[in-house]
Amino acid sequence: MMADNKTQSGLPPYARALGIVISDNSGPAPVIEMPFNDKVQGRPGYLHGGAISGLLEMAAVAAIHKALAERSSDASIKQVNVTVDFMRGGLTKTTYAAGHVVRMGRTMANVEALAWQDDREKPISRAQMHYLITTQ
Amino acid sequence: MNNASTSSDFPPSNRFDPEMVNNFMGKIGHGGFLNMKYSGHGDDWVELAIDWREDLVGDPGSGVIASAVVISLLDNATSMALWQRRGEFVPQVTMDLRLDYLRPSPSGQRVYGRGICYHISRSVGFVRGIAHNGDMDDPLAYASGTFIRLGGWQ
Repeated sequence: MMADNKTQSGLPPYARALGIVISDNSGPAPVIEMPFNDKVQGRPGYLHGGAISGLLEMAAVAAIHKALAERSSDASIKQVNVTVDFMRGGLTKTTYAAGHVVRMGRTMANVEALAWQDDREKPISRAQMHYLITTQ
Repeated sequence: MNNASTSSDFPPSNRFDPEMVNNFMGKIGHGGFLNMKYSGHGDDWVELAIDWREDLVGDPGSGVIASAVVISLLDNATSMALWQRRGEFVPQVTMDLRLDYLRPSPSGQRVYGRGICYHISRSVGFVRGIAHNGDMDDPLAYASGTFIRLGGWQ
């Protein structure tokens, strides 16, 4: 099983099924990770772009939730769109991702996320998303 | 797309066959996890589908599937549309893919992803995609993206 500091708490069934865990929640945005397994493999020897996209989206959502919690906001979010750049082939090893809330407004948030493997300075993929912020 | 295989896996004399290719792309790895099914094709398009499943849900409150499931579906469908338009299988990877989410995909409903290749240059393929629940006139997401042809993977 996973180490004590890693958790799937708060992650949806899709992320759990892919083995995604929150591994470091100490920074401004959580770092999440996806161990390599058959469910995330694309062409032989490489990750599937859709699985990388899933990891990026989970990182983005985790970053927004943390930003909202810091404002004691109970707002919910709705994704409007996403653009994913695939920059390097994802290899068959653990992949990490972290989101960054570039701007949090009253009605929308601009968020980006990076995914990397061995070296955070050499991302394999990045994503840019827009989310609607909705208060009940 | 990151889940292609090399052209040597196919008899060189055969025209690209999306149904046959999906028979393994939709059965192994991430495609197998999502259980992608062949749904149809034309000269420049390929449509695939994914059935709703509890472990694909991105929002437990509503049962809506994770948006990344739609990304994977359209990544595969648009990549195959490019091969379909070329008429042959060449090594390629996704450069970028954008999705606009018009509405959520309701809990329990099958999601269809139609990939359309509208232009090919020597090394770049330009694609669009539409995701829907069975009625193309009621789309849930639009996609656009580009693929780059590789000289060779090995």
